[in-house]
Amino acid sequence: MTGSEMSVPWLTILAVLPLVGAVAVMLLPRRDPDQAALPKQIALGFSLAAFAVSLVIALKYDSGDSRFQFVEQHNWIEAFGAHYAVGVDGLGLLLVLLTTILTPVVILASWRDADDGRWSVNSFFAWMLALEGLAVGVFAATDVFLFYVLFEATLIPIYFLIGGFGGARRSYAAVKFLLFSLFGGLLMLASVVGLYVVSSDSASGPSYLLEDLMKADISTTTGRWLFLGFFIAFAVKAPMWPVHTWLPEAASEGTPGTSVLLVSVLDKIGTFGMMRFCLGIFPEASRWATPVVVVLAVFSVLYGALLAIGQNDIRRLIAYTSVSHFGFIVLGIFALTSQSQAGAILYMFNHGLSTAALFLVTGFLVSRRGSKMITDYGGVEKVAPVLAGVFLVAGLSSLSLPGLSPFVSEFLVLAGTFTKSITAAVIATAGIVLAALYILLMYQRTMTGPVRESTRHIRDLRPREVTALAPLLLLIVVLGFYPKPALDVLNPTVDSILQHVGVEDPAPTVAADEGGS
Amino acid sequence: MSDLLFLIIAIPLASSALLLVGGRFTDGWGHLLGALAPVASFVLGLVAFFELEGGSEESLHQHLFTWIQAGSFNVNFDLLFDPLSALFVLLITGVGSLIHIYSIGYMEHDERRGRFFAYLNLFVAAMLLLVLAADYLALFLGWEGVGLASYLLIGFWQYKDTAAVAAKKAFVVNRVGDFGMALAIMLMFATFGTMTFEGVSAGMDKVSSGTATALGLLLLLGACGKSAQVPLQSWLLDAMEGPTPVSALIHAATMVTAGVYLVTRSNYVYAQSDTAQTAVIVVGLVTLLWGAVIGCAKDDIKKVLAGSTMSQIGYMMLAAGIGPAGYAFAIFHLLTHGFFKANMFLGAGSVMHAMDDDVDMRRYGALRAALPVTFVTFACGYLAIIGFPGFAGFWSKDKIIEAAFGQNLIVGIGALIGAGVTAFYMTRLMIMTFVSEKRWAKGVHPHESPLVMTIPLMVLAGLSVFGGVLLLNGWIVDWLEPVVGPEVHQDLPIPALAISLLVLALVVAGVVVAWMLYARQRIDAVAPYRVSPATRAARADLYGDAFNEAVFMRPGQYLTRSMVYVDNRGVDGAVNGLAALVGGTSGRIRRWQSGFVRSYALSMLGGSALIVLALLAVRLS
Amino acid sequence: MSPTPFLVLSALLFSIGAMGVLVRRNAIVVFMCIELMLNASNLALVTFARQSGNLDGQIAAFFVMVVAAAEVVVGLAIIMTIFRTRRSASVDDASLLKY
Repeated sequence: MTGSEMSVPWLTILAVLPLVGAVAVMLLPRRDPDQAALPKQIALGFSLAAFAVSLVIALKYDSGDSRFQFVEQHNWIEAFGAHYAVGVDGLGLLLVLLTTILTPVVILASWRDADDGRWSVNSFFAWMLALEGLAVGVFAATDVFLFYVLFEATLIPIYFLIGGFGGARRSYAAVKFLLFSLFGGLLMLASVVGLYVVSSDSASGPSYLLEDLMKADISTTTGRWLFLGFFIAFAVKAPMWPVHTWLPEAASEGTPGTSVLLVSVLDKIGTFGMMRFCLGIFPEASRWATPVVVVLAVFSVLYGALLAIGQNDIRRLIAYTSVSHFGFIVLGIFALTSQSQAGAILYMFNHGLSTAALFLVTGFLVSRRGSKMITDYGGVEKVAPVLAGVFLVAGLSSLSLPGLSPFVSEFLVLAGTFTKSITAAVIATAGIVLAALYILLMYQRTMTGPVRESTRHIRDLRPREVTALAPLLLLIVVLGFYPKPALDVLNPTVDSILQHVGVEDPAPTVAADEGGS
Repeated sequence: MSDLLFLIIAIPLASSALLLVGGRFTDGWGHLLGALAPVASFVLGLVAFFELEGGSEESLHQHLFTWIQAGSFNVNFDLLFDPLSALFVLLITGVGSLIHIYSIGYMEHDERRGRFFAYLNLFVAAMLLLVLAADYLALFLGWEGVGLASYLLIGFWQYKDTAAVAAKKAFVVNRVGDFGMALAIMLMFATFGTMTFEGVSAGMDKVSSGTATALGLLLLLGACGKSAQVPLQSWLLDAMEGPTPVSALIHAATMVTAGVYLVTRSNYVYAQSDTAQTAVIVVGLVTLLWGAVIGCAKDDIKKVLAGSTMSQIGYMMLAAGIGPAGYAFAIFHLLTHGFFKANMFLGAGSVMHAMDDDVDMRRYGALRAALPVTFVTFACGYLAIIGFPGFAGFWSKDKIIEAAFGQNLIVGIGALIGAGVTAFYMTRLMIMTFVSEKRWAKGVHPHESPLVMTIPLMVLAGLSVFGGVLLLNGWIVDWLEPVVGPEVHQDLPIPALAISLLVLALVVAGVVVAWMLYARQRIDAVAPYRVSPATRAARADLYGDAFNEAVFMRPGQYLTRSMVYVDNRGVDGAVNGLAALVGGTSGRIRRWQSGFVRSYALSMLGGSALIVLALLAVRLS
Repeated sequence: MSPTPFLVLSALLFSIGAMGVLVRRNAIVVFMCIELMLNASNLALVTFARQSGNLDGQIAAFFVMVVAAAEVVVGLAIIMTIFRTRRSASVDDASLLKY
């Protein structure tokens, strides 16, 4: 990276901009919720500005280069070897983009959701912006210590968002979420301390920089223990079976916008961390753990899907589908092939879009009728066709219909897994049948059939709501047919990760054409 | 033309998108645009067809763009217009255009006609992609696209619970087939490193027979789902909940034949595995009898036709399973079936139109006078399907039965019986609908449909009569040779002429039996309750639904319910239990905080004393 | 001069004070018992200062006195306020701050 490119600290600007916005929104005078348009407008403005900055980063990103770009590095706490070091590769860039795309969408979609919350409207939007800034920091951090601090810091805004503005059982959900996350964070802290011990033994002194740790000589046993600390923290976050039970509560009790930020953005930190830190720092331990992780992931796929079929609460249903989808992502990461990992990264992005659309549209539906129970609906398509149509597209993307973006990622994950383990791929593929069941059952019960008395007066989507959803649906369709821009960005990253872990793709058993492809 | 292939797909797709986004604004002209799109594609398809026919090249290619690339996984959006695709493109756009035009009239009074045309166009685009793709994954995209369109159209009148449930059922059952398709594609990638037709066929002779069999069976599972073959047949009869043009286009002429296309396209896979080929034959044979039996017992006119569709696709599957000797005839029968079945479905729609959307044939009767055009066109389709000499179905079915005899005597006899049963149930349908006495419900005044509906009927009737010309001089066999290989001559156990005569004899027998049973006796307006167990089984779709319900649905419901319980009580319960334990313990301990200053002072004193004692003990030891 | 008698006296005074804190209910008496304990420790500090021949202990004793004086000011004020609101100077009555 040359000096001239260093001159503008784009990533820091991107992370700080929403935080500044958060402070600004918080400092505004409190008003009656009915007239509090100003904080919302300011919050939307800041999130759009952040999106613009992220677009600049995406455009300036050189997709041919697998190294970290937009690197900034400053000493922070020299005694620990902690740095303020940020940079993005393909993985980080996509997740940063996901964050900056979803935040304005969520702010627009949540325009009225905070009006009857426990706290002021200002704080709702301020916490959202704070969350955006911290999430960008997490995805851009290239120093383990910085990552850990930001990782824990993201809990603060989401805790207040759930606990302050959710449903009836919000405080139970918020505390449960916090305890699970802190439990995972604690194990990670132990491993972070362990990394300090390991790296301070090296000749160059302690360093938390990812690049130094990737080169560090960690003994097999130590590496496996430290790996477990990180992995469990990320598994709680992801969430994988059996540490998933906080998600249905949190996703069901938060406002739809909160659930989107929680499931689409924050949970990605789990799978992001597995790729960046588990595979990056502990390649040997990752290979060692692969069989168990793959089994857990496949189990999560089926478990989440079966539980989703059995739910009556729409929001909980979507939460369980996410457990299933995260199973696919983890499967892709730990199948360790270039297809499955590219699929996993793309899956993180696509799942963010499709789940966001699903949460938001069901949120609009729930806000009209005041019930989250599937059995309270029926025949909505007749009275609100646009809502039903959007709901269907979001649902179809969740069941990975070809032509919509999640299909590309899911198929890559499965095809990559197939070359490594046919059994795992076959069982996980059964998940696509279950996916059709849970989505279409929900659609059939809520949207179709005769119009019921209780649903007769449901209004169709307002222009604001359509505006919030349109970019998501557009991206889902466009990336379904033309995922090349995303794949171009992440393929070099995947190659370098696999090279680092030391695995190669299995060759086709039969060479189809001479000269190979 | 090679550069314009994409337009064949793009035109209906664009029209569909426009109609969907435009919503109510397109009400005035949406149906015209919707009907024009497949016509435009048909014209383009014809141009491409003649270029292929006249030119020296075996196929036209167009590379559009790279779809998915990761490592060695590389899928392009490539279009391939070869002889096989060409026939399908013409069938889809040709019959599709007629059905679109018919729909203008049929859906005239539906307030969501624009939406209907959007879905139909979406279907046409997806189906065209399915047959034009040069790659299994792109084919899969079209495959699922038609599934989606089928879902939307079966559930078009979604405010009826039955329609919504039928749509969901069709999609889910198809997903089971897709499970096989997806795995087949993954296996191709793992084995050949590519998923193009070209790459797979080139590598096929090097694979082990186990892989070839697995690939063949997985593809067959996919084909069974889409083509409603046993054991994934149960969705097709319910799918008749959709508007009748949908049944004609999707659930008779085109989409349900995609399985046959898939097997024919993958002929190089089946060439390597006898087991897989036998499986295809068995599936085809079972389905052709299964569907025929169901067709005999139904009173709903569309369900009779649906059972018949299943049965006829069984014939095509059977032919495709026979191998190079049968592929061309499978496709030939597919085309003629597309003509006459679309004709009859549209005819049935015309009848329903006249009878206030009543589908029960027991309330029809003597409609030939009231609906002359419908009757004549329907009769053409009827003669074609039972294999009346000279009509399209005669040539195609006869060839398949011949090939079946060449394969195996049992298969041949099965196909022969199927032909007899077909004659029986179709004659039954004709008699109950057009002949016999009036059994109309009160207030029904049948009237002939408008021209916009009858003209497509006439065209299709013409095709049903003259579709056999495709076999002239063995044209279709030669035409398909580049794709499926040269026809293999079979040794027949009995002369071909004898087989033809046998078929004719059975057909006549079927017709006569139906005539005796239905034309000579009074037909009850309500289905008789006391019937033989065989009839009862056929009315219940041979217990296909009951089987699925007992074996998959109920245990599945039980499983999900018990898992929800376990997740709440077990997995989450463990966590909550731990929390309760900590909470309970601290609840006890906090009682020490009594509020009395002196007890705090006492504990401080005690604590200090303990520390002093500990210090002393350390000092002393 | 042997420090023992002074230390014994200091220990006695401290014990009396501690006992008083534990058994008496009247806030004023408890307060005076605390003063008694402080002064017992002062006595011990002065004794040790004398014994070791430097002023450290005496300085510590001064600190204790200053702290004790400050404590008297705050403590008496609190007791006064409690008495005014509750018409009672019993320490057991002010036991609401619990669990």
